[in-house]
Amino acid sequence: MPRLRNVWWLVALGALVLFPLIETNPTYTTIGVFTLIYMGCATSWNMFSGYSGYINLGSAVFYGVGAYTMTLLSDHLNFAGNGDQFWLIPVGGLAAMIVAVPVGLVALRVRRHTFVVITIAIFFVFQLSAINFSFTGGTAGLQLPLIPWLETNFNKPFYYAALAIVVFATLLSMAVRRSRFGLQLLAIRDDEDRAAGLGVKVFAVKLTGFTMSAFAVGMGGALYALFLGQIYPQFVFNPIFDISIALMSIFGGLGTLTGPLLGALVLESMQQYLAIRFSNGAYYLIVFGSLFLLIVLFMPQGIVVYLGEWRSRSKARRVEGALVVAGEAS
Amino acid sequence: MTTLLSVDRVSKAFGGLHALSECSLSVEKGSITGLIGPNGSGKTTLFNVITGYEKPDSGSVTFEGTEITNASPNKVFALGVGRTFQITRIFARISVLENMLVATQRDEGWLRGLTRSKSSKSELVSAMEWLDFVGIGRLADQHAGSLSFGQRKLLELAYVLVADPDVILLDEPAGGVNLTLINEIADKILALNKDGKSFLIVEHNMEFVMNLCDRVTVMHQGADLVSGTPSEIRSNPLVLDAYLGGSDEDDVEDAS
Repeated sequence: MPRLRNVWWLVALGALVLFPLIETNPTYTTIGVFTLIYMGCATSWNMFSGYSGYINLGSAVFYGVGAYTMTLLSDHLNFAGNGDQFWLIPVGGLAAMIVAVPVGLVALRVRRHTFVVITIAIFFVFQLSAINFSFTGGTAGLQLPLIPWLETNFNKPFYYAALAIVVFATLLSMAVRRSRFGLQLLAIRDDEDRAAGLGVKVFAVKLTGFTMSAFAVGMGGALYALFLGQIYPQFVFNPIFDISIALMSIFGGLGTLTGPLLGALVLESMQQYLAIRFSNGAYYLIVFGSLFLLIVLFMPQGIVVYLGEWRSRSKARRVEGALVVAGEAS
Repeated sequence: MTTLLSVDRVSKAFGGLHALSECSLSVEKGSITGLIGPNGSGKTTLFNVITGYEKPDSGSVTFEGTEITNASPNKVFALGVGRTFQITRIFARISVLENMLVATQRDEGWLRGLTRSKSSKSELVSAMEWLDFVGIGRLADQHAGSLSFGQRKLLELAYVLVADPDVILLDEPAGGVNLTLINEIADKILALNKDGKSFLIVEHNMEFVMNLCDRVTVMHQGADLVSGTPSEIRSNPLVLDAYLGGSDEDDVEDAS
């Protein structure tokens, strides 16, 4: 029933649009902004890594490049801090795509597990560069022009910009899944050599997917920089980001459309909430870790796949039950 | 008859192991050519060299006058050489129909894939036709991973056929398959051959090869030993030696 599914998408979108209008407490709308950034990034990451099976543990490279592009351009182009920098968000995405091409040319030469290791290595090259080059401000970081908005309404533009990134990433991921290109990514996931033997130009397809997935992640990084007003290399080139994005997708359902959205929504909002709740730092990590272990143990394919299977099983049971009743009646 | 696919003195070594040494072979247009030989004689390596999965150390492969010696697998397929694998390879986590659609584009530009949908109406029709042809049309919406071993073999044959290649390389199409299905596969191959498809078949089932093939090439220790019609091959003493290890050289190898 595709129509019912469309209704659910609209309900979810409506809830996300209304959230900052109903909940005006900046503490919670801040959680909302971070959650949406992660939802967009996870969806975009999943569009390549989930579909193709090439788990990229260096996606913070794109995030960081987006953040630095936003910061350096707003400083050097003398933006006044009146919100015009929102136009730099897609530029951050484009910069991430440009960086993705040489990174992909190197990393995609190797398969699977080696690819994972190479992406981690490339990530550290970027982090160390950001720490050591002078134009990045080193460990002291960089400041963006201050945006002088009132605290009560400060979060709203960021929230809706992040929501726009989420909608964009979701629509793109949906379009890819329906295209021949997306089918080729799935074929590469299942058997790359066989796909090549059926005419799929595997390297070109992988590089295109890798580069496309960088765009929304770069935009997320740019928005993050603008939102915080200052960046440090260890926060925008953050290994926790690499892992979080992957875990959120796996948690929700790797390679599914709704999985990364749901995974990021649950995990990021919960992590942010618990971090505030237990102000003494590390407690939330325990809750977080335990939940993750439970999911991996009992729903290894992720929540979305698990619920889907559970639903079709219970439907089958209902049909069976109805048959038994019908049999008894006759 | 003209030569469709020809392999000319191809050699390939893996370290010290000479998998192929000056091996030559040709497939005539419209023929069914058999390729037999003991285990380890280099048949599958030859398939890999022809289809671009391995680069030969020397020698050349030509298809319809075009040299394809160092071409990539997708290029070779795009020119019209399809193959199946000895260990059946399908895309397990997508549906049977989607498996078919992966192969339909043959030589479409990679950017085109971004802008077009997964399938066109005509591609769906031809995909279903080929699935029905091999007899698994009713399984089109199932995950390919849920297919049985024999059904996977049929699916692999179907998705090679959907791209309409000129020559099809089959690596043990009858291996591990029950007798009814073997006969079914043989019938399909004959029907396709009548429509003009050429075949190169590696197979250990002698009855299957002898009944089906126009010509048979026997490989031994990486080289082509003899070629001829099935009846010539059957009566050739060299072939018997190759299979039963009658030569002195083999005895020495066995002893060591």
